[in-house]
Amino acid sequence: MKNQVNKTFWILFFILPGLLIVTIFIIAPLFMSMFNSMYSWVSIDRDRWVGFENFVKIFTKYPYQDRFFNAIGNNVQWFMTTMFVQNTIGLLFGYLLFKRIYGSEIFQRVFFIPVLFSVVAVGFLWGLYLNPNMGVVNRLLNDMGLGQWAMAWLGDEKLATPSIIAVNIWRWVGFPTLVFYAGFNSVPMETVEAAYIDGVGEWRLFWKIMFPLIMPAVTIITVLTLIGSLNVFEQVYTMAGLDGGPFYSTDTLGTLFYRTAFGGIDTGLPEIGIGSAIGVVIYVLTFGISAFSIVALRKREVEL
Amino acid sequence: MIGDLRFRNSGIIGKALIVIFLILMIGYSILVLFPLFNMIISSFKTTREIFKAPYALPEIWKFSNYMEVWNKGGFGGYFFNSIIITSLSIAVVLLFGSMAAFGIARYRYRLSNLVYLIFLAGIMLPLKAAIIPLFLLIRGIGLMNTRLALMLIFTAMSMPATVFILAGFMRTIPGSLEDAARIDGSNDLGIYWRIIMPLTTPSIALVTIYNAVPIWNDFFFPLVFIQSDKLKPLPLGMSVFFGQYQISWHLLFASLSVAILPMLILYLFMSKYFIRGMTAGAIK
Repeated sequence: MKNQVNKTFWILFFILPGLLIVTIFIIAPLFMSMFNSMYSWVSIDRDRWVGFENFVKIFTKYPYQDRFFNAIGNNVQWFMTTMFVQNTIGLLFGYLLFKRIYGSEIFQRVFFIPVLFSVVAVGFLWGLYLNPNMGVVNRLLNDMGLGQWAMAWLGDEKLATPSIIAVNIWRWVGFPTLVFYAGFNSVPMETVEAAYIDGVGEWRLFWKIMFPLIMPAVTIITVLTLIGSLNVFEQVYTMAGLDGGPFYSTDTLGTLFYRTAFGGIDTGLPEIGIGSAIGVVIYVLTFGISAFSIVALRKREVEL
Repeated sequence: MIGDLRFRNSGIIGKALIVIFLILMIGYSILVLFPLFNMIISSFKTTREIFKAPYALPEIWKFSNYMEVWNKGGFGGYFFNSIIITSLSIAVVLLFGSMAAFGIARYRYRLSNLVYLIFLAGIMLPLKAAIIPLFLLIRGIGLMNTRLALMLIFTAMSMPATVFILAGFMRTIPGSLEDAARIDGSNDLGIYWRIIMPLTTPSIALVTIYNAVPIWNDFFFPLVFIQSDKLKPLPLGMSVFFGQYQISWHLLFASLSVAILPMLILYLFMSKYFIRGMTAGAIK
């Protein structure tokens, strides 16, 4: 009996500090967001219970609806582009490193450099480079005789979001590369060699054997890309401003959420109720889609 | 034996592919290195020179740009704040995180899975989405505009992954070591501190990098919680600086170098650690 009390004491002693911090700063705010989203707010004071009215507003009422769907559309574009461009390149580079292409040791180190930089520094740096008149990108294009390709990268409504995504891919592509590289390295070589001896070509070897065997890495990269795409903020803030300019063309859930919660330049006053509702949507999308993709991709994972 | 990608093991198509792949990889490497190189040389020029000759080396290396950024631009203070905030948050995360991992991995009890799940949920919940309740909470307890507020948030932000990674490692340590220590009269705290922690050191190094890089780079939480200039960490300070010195590109490039170079130099010496540390959460 004394032993049992003793054990309980020690368990509590060890887990309580960490558990309290996580509960107070991560778990409780989740429930508070849901709670807050059900109220109308006067500045930062809770006013009265309104049920799902805030959600109805963001889904159906002007101007919330327009801003909300515009932002979500951009988040979808972030996710799709990142998946298809960045993660495909990452998969290719990871495989080439695994196959020890010439210079792979050096490539591996170089590719990972921008991953360490702050999004803010990267955003500001490329903001300077992409400046239409004085930036080095347009300057280079002009000097190479490709002057017609020189564009207002961040000033054009159609180009701004792809430009910002491209900068983010520039920063981040080393990450999936190294994760896939580690994935390929953990594949048991006997399996692969058996197939190789059976005369399976390189292309089929990759898609039929290697790729299914690194499904865990594919799952984790997909989920991280999803979480990253839904939480884009700094990239847009530094290169396009809090309003997601020009004309909201780069606005994302993150910037919209921030403006709504703390009062942007255009709206003026904070709208905590609406902001909380957007926060809950971000929660649901992140958590829901992550859980869904984990389950869906798990099915495709092969037992080693 | 399945071959490495080498010219002599490949046919004509294979050779062509290798060349194309190498061009792609060299292309991306240039895309990484050139902007950094350009940033560094630009940081020693005058703004005029940056526009006139963007690729040339500076005519005179103006180290004074850095002095100006460091002193007048306030980067000395921003740097100091970043170091204080990052190191203290990490210290607390490592202590409480390793304790919690120990409490989960080294004991059998009915609720241990539930506790583990709570920590795990923290990994998947985006903390940014919680900014409104966090703002109200920090304001309610009177910690607005303090470094302590940031340390609390960063500690919480790093805790779940820390517990996840460390618990995963601690589970692999054989129980016999613990039993032996117990027979020698060691209590649970002694086992944690003298037996398990020394064995966990390599994972602690990984977790430190895994958490320190995002904390050092974080912008969002300082943006919400810090108003006074003398408390701002680097990324937030930099955004202030970019607002004030819009047209002094030489100073902007110098400030970017101040933010980026320390990380780059550390990386040059410890690249293996950084790569393993940063990908620790994604690789089992």
